[in-house]
Amino acid sequence: MKKLIISTVALAVAAGMAFAEGKTIRMGTEGAYPPYNFINDKGEIDGFEREMGDELCKRAELTCEWVKNDWDSIIPNLVSGNYDTIIAGMSITDERKKVISFTQDYYPPTESAYVAASDSVDLKGGVISAQTATIQAGHVAESGATLVEFATPEETIAAVRNGEADAVFADYDYLAPIVAESNGELVFVGDRVPLGGGVGMGLRQSDAELLGKFDAAITSMKADGTLNTLLKKWFGDEVATY
Amino acid sequence: MFSYCTDPDTLGQLAWLSCYLTTGVHLSFYLAFLKVLGLLAVTAPVALAFGFLGAMAARSHILPLSWLGRGYIAIVRGVPDIAFFLFFVIALDQLFEYVRHRIKCPDWTGPVRQGNDFIVCPAAKLPLGTSPEWVHETYGFFLAVVTFAIVFGAFAANVLYGGMRAVPRAQLETAEAYGMSHRQTFWRVLVPQMWVYALPGLSNTWMVLIKATPLLFLLGIDDIVYWARSLGGTKTAQFTDYPHGDWRMWYFLFLLVFYLGFTRVSEVVLERLMKRLTHGQATTGGEAQRKAA
Repeated sequence: MKKLIISTVALAVAAGMAFAEGKTIRMGTEGAYPPYNFINDKGEIDGFEREMGDELCKRAELTCEWVKNDWDSIIPNLVSGNYDTIIAGMSITDERKKVISFTQDYYPPTESAYVAASDSVDLKGGVISAQTATIQAGHVAESGATLVEFATPEETIAAVRNGEADAVFADYDYLAPIVAESNGELVFVGDRVPLGGGVGMGLRQSDAELLGKFDAAITSMKADGTLNTLLKKWFGDEVATY
Repeated sequence: MFSYCTDPDTLGQLAWLSCYLTTGVHLSFYLAFLKVLGLLAVTAPVALAFGFLGAMAARSHILPLSWLGRGYIAIVRGVPDIAFFLFFVIALDQLFEYVRHRIKCPDWTGPVRQGNDFIVCPAAKLPLGTSPEWVHETYGFFLAVVTFAIVFGAFAANVLYGGMRAVPRAQLETAEAYGMSHRQTFWRVLVPQMWVYALPGLSNTWMVLIKATPLLFLLGIDDIVYWARSLGGTKTAQFTDYPHGDWRMWYFLFLLVFYLGFTRVSEVVLERLMKRLTHGQATTGGEAQRKAA
């Protein structure tokens, strides 16, 4: 009888472990913020975070799956449990830390920059576009300029092109390829502004175990230089590395 | 898609376009049209059923039932759609999971609400954490149908309620004089006649439902407007084989044609339906038909 109980317990534990191992980690991203994350021609999620995220999952021995979610509802859907991580170029800020927890940064504190159609715009008193609920939008609001917010990064650029805004304020790395290909229509203006505490993965505050696994994986990627290689591959040689 | 698409930079305009329009993302865009049509096809009858039940409840003689019906109509009609779609779906999903959590994991000790987080045991997750992505998407689609049905059911309920009250009292009195019970009067006299009064309002609701489909994106479903916006946006050569400028205008023009065409077809169908329902009714339309015949 005792043997039976022990073997049943062992079986149950084994089954429980198998269940835990079988769990898929769902990685939530926006898919509209190249080079961090975007949808490629095949319709798959691609970019720096896709490549790094897959590597992190491999190192943490997790099965991962990518999920696309609107930026506006990306935090509510995480805390509600519709996916397990946010990996969407999200800067670590104190305000967000009240709601979710972050891994260590996998992208050094970012520099944001202004882009305008000419270099004569007034950055302090003009109309500046930024994406809703980003650190850039917060910065513009504090700077005294008139802030116009858009749901997607794409629209913030379009607002400058069609004259709705004098300049756009966004991550330098997002703007760089756009300015490079604009044939001189768009130029960087003003100084770059360092904002936020770097980019990290967002997790539920109750998910300390998973947070630990990803943190360890990021540490190991930083240690052996693979993270720097990836950063250079996606953001160019000028990027800040670890 | 085509074999000559391996190096798009070398292609002529027409060939380039044929490659561009058949990339994986564009196929997702075309699939989104099917999703939207599928959602409408499923939601419309479900919403109508919700509306019918709501209207029946609202005119019930049993007071609590009547309150329930009226409350449903008043509350759902009064809350802005966008607020409803943002919060209700998450709440509905959490309700399902909470119920499953109570049933499936009675031994679970941790609290469900931990700060901002909503935690249920893994076995209660909907869909299960182990299920493949298509299950998640189907579940999302199901939630969307339920949400749309509840919202548009409330509007339909109000229309049907009005339609039921518009049926001439004389018709019902005649039925009663023939000795029909309440139930018989309702199903044999009232319901067949009310449609003609309800149809103009229902067709309005249908049109609004068609136009409300872009709200799908709030529910995590990639609808056609989302794809048009993301495909039409400026694409730099670093991230795609098919760089182009801001083409959103063309994509949205295409959507405009689609929506206008679709609503036009709906109008034609609804007009025919109206003609058929009017036949033999004691309304001015029915009278005109009788004289013309």
